[in-house]
Amino acid sequence: MTDRHSIASLILRYLLLVWIALIFLFPLVFMVVSSLKPDLQLLRDSASVRAFLPVGDISIDNYGLAAERAPIARFVFNSLFVTATTVVLSLILCSMAAFSFVFLQWRGRGVVLAIILATFIVPFETIAIPLLLVVNNLPWIGIDGFRIGWINSYQVQIIPWIADALTIFLFVQFFKDLPKDLIEAARVDGASWFQIYRRVVMPLCGPVLATAAILKFLVMYNQYIWPLMVTQSEDYRPVMVGLQYFFQLNTAWGEVMAYLSLITVPVLAFYLVLQRAFISSIASTGIKG
Amino acid sequence: MTLNGALKTTLSVLALSAVGVAAQAQTPLSLWYHGAGNPVERDVLIGLIEDFNTSQSDWVIELAEFPQASYNESVVAAGLAGNLPDIVDVDGPIMPNWAWAGYLQPLDLPDGTTDGFLPGTLGYWNGELYTVGLWDAAVAVLARRSVLDEHGIRIPTLDEPWDLEEFDAALTTLQASGDFDYPFDVGMAWTGEWYPYAFGPFLQSFGGDILDASVPTAEGVLNGDAGLDFGDWWQSLFDRDMVPGVSQDAADRETGFVDGNYAMQWNGNWAVLSALETFGDDLLILPAPDFGNGPTIGAASWQFGVSSTTEHADGANQFIEFMLQDEYLAAFSDALGLIPATASAAAISEYYSEGGPLEVFYGLSEAQARLRAVTPGYLVAALEFEKAMSDIASGADVADTLDAATDAINDDLERNNGYQ
Amino acid sequence: MAAGPRGKQTLTGWAMASPAFLLMLLFLITPFFLAFGLSLTNQRLISPNPAEYVGARNFENLLGLSFFVLEPERDEAGEVIRDDDGAPEYPRLRTFTRNNPDYPHLDGMREWMSIGWTDDSRLVLLASDVVFMKALTNTILFVIVVAPMQAGIALLLALLINQKLRGITVFRVIYFMPVVVSIVVVAFLWRFIYDGQNGLLNSMLGFLSFGVFQPVDWLGNPNTALASIMAMSIWQGVGFHMIIWLAGLQTIPVSLYEAADIEGANRWQKFRYITWPGLRNTAVLVLVIITMQCFALFPQVDVMTRGGPLDSTQTMVFQAVQRGYERQDIAGGSAISVLLFVFVLAISLTQRWLTRDKD
Repeated sequence: MTDRHSIASLILRYLLLVWIALIFLFPLVFMVVSSLKPDLQLLRDSASVRAFLPVGDISIDNYGLAAERAPIARFVFNSLFVTATTVVLSLILCSMAAFSFVFLQWRGRGVVLAIILATFIVPFETIAIPLLLVVNNLPWIGIDGFRIGWINSYQVQIIPWIADALTIFLFVQFFKDLPKDLIEAARVDGASWFQIYRRVVMPLCGPVLATAAILKFLVMYNQYIWPLMVTQSEDYRPVMVGLQYFFQLNTAWGEVMAYLSLITVPVLAFYLVLQRAFISSIASTGIKG
Repeated sequence: MTLNGALKTTLSVLALSAVGVAAQAQTPLSLWYHGAGNPVERDVLIGLIEDFNTSQSDWVIELAEFPQASYNESVVAAGLAGNLPDIVDVDGPIMPNWAWAGYLQPLDLPDGTTDGFLPGTLGYWNGELYTVGLWDAAVAVLARRSVLDEHGIRIPTLDEPWDLEEFDAALTTLQASGDFDYPFDVGMAWTGEWYPYAFGPFLQSFGGDILDASVPTAEGVLNGDAGLDFGDWWQSLFDRDMVPGVSQDAADRETGFVDGNYAMQWNGNWAVLSALETFGDDLLILPAPDFGNGPTIGAASWQFGVSSTTEHADGANQFIEFMLQDEYLAAFSDALGLIPATASAAAISEYYSEGGPLEVFYGLSEAQARLRAVTPGYLVAALEFEKAMSDIASGADVADTLDAATDAINDDLERNNGYQ
Repeated sequence: MAAGPRGKQTLTGWAMASPAFLLMLLFLITPFFLAFGLSLTNQRLISPNPAEYVGARNFENLLGLSFFVLEPERDEAGEVIRDDDGAPEYPRLRTFTRNNPDYPHLDGMREWMSIGWTDDSRLVLLASDVVFMKALTNTILFVIVVAPMQAGIALLLALLINQKLRGITVFRVIYFMPVVVSIVVVAFLWRFIYDGQNGLLNSMLGFLSFGVFQPVDWLGNPNTALASIMAMSIWQGVGFHMIIWLAGLQTIPVSLYEAADIEGANRWQKFRYITWPGLRNTAVLVLVIITMQCFALFPQVDVMTRGGPLDSTQTMVFQAVQRGYERQDIAGGSAISVLLFVFVLAISLTQRWLTRDKD
């Protein structure tokens, strides 16, 4: 293989990568660029290549106006708080359950796992109302005392979402690929199952933790129907419900784009951080290698 | 959770100590409003609430705002959870549904409070007043004097509106001119309540209706001869490319008329201000055409009512009575371009006073406005009508589509024992 | 596996699995059974009337099918009446399906599809709920088209960004970006792109074809609406599955490839004998997730077409939501949910049986 050949192949590879990147980027560029334009210009530009170019009357006014229209910081905080809490609890409980299903022999585990996986089939939208009836009858003890019903709170947005079939399934699939002799060796050394879970298995879980965390993060951050049903005060409202603040009879498109750009930043940041962790964890553990 | 709890406790302690002892005697009343995300609207409402809170010492109003697009869902969910506020606002045609479901109780206002209010602002069901609005909305044909003059089209008046033939001829002329993408725009982009609100009156003007609330049934009303005539005409608008179809996006809806792509537009008073800015005196606000059974536009906008679960109906009624002062009717009108509910409020408003730019809408509302079918079944009927309008516009068989909608509406009536 | 006494493992096993399981029991399984219960009643979302048990009526209303042979109109001589093109004319179906005491079993049914039958007659398939039938077939079509395409493209992308190139991280991020943005937002942006009048897609295609291309009303045409939603869904979701594939790829030991290089294996051989077998579990995972996501198709439809035009984009979940919330028919909506569950369960059991370990 000559140098020239490999350089040509390298250029080709990059061209391919860039070309695909453009396909994935264009609506998002449209979103960000539009957030800088006044409404009328935004709409007129949307038919041509100008939609992607920050040309014409460019300013960050829309961001200021959007902040006046809705308490954006509050919404982002609510979403991040709900999302982060759910993700952490979910990773712990779901990985523990998956560990039990894969490594422990116990009566009923096949049935329980099958039931759990079957719940994957139930789209949330179809059980939202019954779920509302359930959470409305649950007790809660908070700082302001005992009450029945979880409506209008953080916990109603968090607790029902902690355990889910996909996350458990992700861990189960991952654990199945782990070398069994690792566990055997730890058992011989007299480690308890919980110690094996914490000390032996979890440290190997970098990639699957990152994957599960990202997927869960996306689901939670983009929650829409459920918070709509259960939050009544702005104190608890998340970002996607906040999006509705912008769809008035005459929608302020520039502000919509500004709001969308703003609420996308935290997710992107989270992914950027995790995908680094995700790559480096693989390099360091060298699973099965 | 605990963080928020702590925060809340701290805040309420601070608030209490700041307001002092007098405030503690005031009983809080919760008010839910659909206007989240509209700072102008919020300012007017908050001003009104502050006036009320300081005007008496028994009650203090606590406002919670919801985004309009999902307001109904939020209230229904809260109702399911037994969590309704003391005072709710309700979209006019939905009111009977909530009253029937037991979400609302009749108002208890002093006699004469609502005298002189536009009929569309009063929410009666089963002979009782459940809700009352501070404003109404109206729909009109927006056009430009210069365009109509250029093409020799007569400018219609309230006394002498266009009839079907003249209206159709005008559309044909405008289309033939080649100056426009479409001669007319009915706003297919605005899915949802806009369809029955804006297009139902066409059907009424043809002599049909979505359903006859007095029986109640849709059979022979929606799919009767008048309904079929209306359906054929409706489909022909799209077949002949007279109006943009179902895939119109909201952006085109907003800019199409102002940019000159649509010669005329069927639009509400709330959207007129931008056209007025662009065209000034050239803008015409024209009455609905008469399709044979009188020109008609939809009535009833957002209104206020008292929830059935409140323990303080007296306070809630007192607040609603307080809201209905001309001063506040005019304030909402000035802020949002809405039609004030009374003539006296219109007289002191910016847009609807004599010579005001939108004055004509008050006349339209008075002369042409007709309530949408007043029945709890309206909710499902409106959705079926929306689907039928969209399907017919896309080329579905008119008779079959109206039959299907009629069956679905009657099924719903039957399943609910006629909403009696 | 070396293990302590079986009973001890059972205790530990339950202890570790139960927090997650109990949460699911309370927040997923209980609501599901509540929904199942509702589907057997005439419960309304809000209503002063008490709910009554109605047995399987909701399901019968959804699934009712019937055949009917439609005879052409004949004149007095018994000759088939034909229009100018020679095609026979038929009586309107509504004369049989509406208030016709001779055909009580057809009352309220509508034509779903029809084919030519003998001697100018037509065989009509009637359904008591045509919209649901369309939702059902659209959902299946969506799964059949989108699942394999999305999985396949995602794997290609994963292979592409699994290369060791300078700056590859940038591409990893970019390809994933559509996933990061909520589907609601994406659907909303694509409405601009698909616009039939002055949408970006039409302008671009027009530009690339030097003006030959005629603008298409992508979302307004029953023939292109579902395909447009499919294309957008693939675009939006492919990054999601790409990272799952990527996670799978990363677990394949580099040493295997090094060994293959020494043996002189070419790229295809490496894929065929190392990569693909190493991705077996991932492949199951990706397929299961995609299938479920496709069956749950809802937000795109809600934002972009609301089931139209002419029901060409109705889906089961959209119908369940429409009926349950908007039409306040929570019993009917729940019945659709139950059907969806039964249906997907049957498919996944078949899938499992087909891909079972043969050894």
